[in-house]
Amino acid sequence: MLDSLLAVGGLVLLRDSVECEGRSLLKALIKKSALRGEQIHVLGCEVSEEEFREGFGPDINSRVVYHDLFKDPLNWSKSGEAVPEGPLGTLRTLCRRTDPGPVTIALDSVSWLLFHLPCITLCKTLHALSQPSVSSGADSLVDQVRVLGLLHEELHGPGPMGALSTLAQTEVTVSGKMGQTSASILYRRPQQRATYQTWWFSILPDLSVDLREKLPLHSELHPDPHTTQVDPTTDLTFNLHLSKKEREARDSLTLPFQFSSEKQQALLRRGPGQTTSHIFYEPDAFDDVDQEDPDDDLDI
Amino acid sequence: MFPELNNLLGTTPDGTEQGKLTLLCDAKTDGSFLVHHFLSFYLKANCKVCFVALVQSFSHYNIVAQKLGVSLTAAREQGQLVFLEGLKSSVDIFFHAQEEPHPLQFLREASAGNLQSLYQFVRDSLKPVDSGETPWKFPVLLVDNLSVLLSLGLEAVAVLDFMQYCRATVCCELKGNVVALVHDNRDAEDKENGILLNGLSHQSHLVLRAEGLATGFCKDVHGQLRILWRRLQPTARRDQSLTYQYKIQDKNVSFFAKGMSPAIL
Repeated sequence: MLDSLLAVGGLVLLRDSVECEGRSLLKALIKKSALRGEQIHVLGCEVSEEEFREGFGPDINSRVVYHDLFKDPLNWSKSGEAVPEGPLGTLRTLCRRTDPGPVTIALDSVSWLLFHLPCITLCKTLHALSQPSVSSGADSLVDQVRVLGLLHEELHGPGPMGALSTLAQTEVTVSGKMGQTSASILYRRPQQRATYQTWWFSILPDLSVDLREKLPLHSELHPDPHTTQVDPTTDLTFNLHLSKKEREARDSLTLPFQFSSEKQQALLRRGPGQTTSHIFYEPDAFDDVDQEDPDDDLDI
Repeated sequence: MFPELNNLLGTTPDGTEQGKLTLLCDAKTDGSFLVHHFLSFYLKANCKVCFVALVQSFSHYNIVAQKLGVSLTAAREQGQLVFLEGLKSSVDIFFHAQEEPHPLQFLREASAGNLQSLYQFVRDSLKPVDSGETPWKFPVLLVDNLSVLLSLGLEAVAVLDFMQYCRATVCCELKGNVVALVHDNRDAEDKENGILLNGLSHQSHLVLRAEGLATGFCKDVHGQLRILWRRLQPTARRDQSLTYQYKIQDKNVSFFAKGMSPAIL
């Protein structure tokens, strides 16, 4: 998964949320890039340098250059520790870097930069940042530039999010469910169709990625036609089957509330010796005895 | 401090983690009991506390703290507690000379201001004195509450910047803790509060969320507390979330599992 994310240059957006943080994945990508021999520049705005370097070995730490915008970004301390040119100046300096070789720039985080810079300026600078630089050697190689940006989804409206999405070559959305983390990756390659991939993974304390499973692409999903039939009557402690005699006895049983023709005859037939019964009716003074049949006018 | 809440959080006054940001938020209920808990907890833990109290008066917090076994007056006299009473201080600002910086300087500015002067106040209160010897364990910043700052005209980004500077100084440099309360209106129209709450949640190590019951008011169960430990580093323990219901009594808050209130058992 990491190799496919680091394969192409350009802007890689890592979108995370409060429930599932994305900084671990950012650090895992930085570690992978450093192990390939690349130079890493980190623009750190949200955590201290100490906290960011935690988990990196000394070989990786030597390749990571940390530009500290966390301690005093707005020059409030007036103690000389502040970065004099501010966040925009630092970004522009990164654009103009002259080190040879492929370089990875990590922005922690793009959300912080969006709060402190106008969206248009930031988008233009990000675009300039992710352009491949031409090294001034005799071969005039085009050096890969990769920009990894951490973005907190809930903090921004659809406008800035949409603008950053169009700038990005790759978008990774990290989400977590029941202790498992998944990354949904959208690859946008020029002159190619956009492709999706989803991976389940977890990040170990040494910042290596433990991949669990790769879910199939949307076009590859087929419902499983072979469902095994399970017989529910196996392994029961009681008997659900009927023997032949029991079946016959059951079929011949008449139900008490079911009205069959035999029952009707049994009810209507008068047994021998049974006297007929009469009803004697003595009307009261208040009774209104109407000889007419009230249902006479019904046409049934 | 409430002993039952200490048990749930796994902390004691003698052994707490340092360098952490704790976010308190409340939704459809009053979460100030959490502020009283942490105030008395850190005073009992022998920490130096800077309390930015924007919502209630000093005597209010003192009365509640006395029920919990701590005297704020004594702590203030000994220098353990630095108390910024927002209600009184905001009126004083008009009689204050304009050249001298005042913690609530932003109230005087016509345009959207920043909290630099408040940050300087916090920094000056909590930084160790030059001799280096201090009887207190570590510094703690307590803010009640941040949503009031939004109501006073500041933008969410200004409050987030203030919290970032406080984190940089109190958590990272001085190895202390920061505790702040933010209201959660769940109002889709209040985007600034939403940005503040989500932005701070991303930086917090521990989020305590007091919510009113979805079914309404109840005599025996006053609300529900959700505790969320956030895993900010791959080396830290996994994300863990617990939910308990609570009842606030005169000197104590009792916690129980959902549906297990003593009143109905």
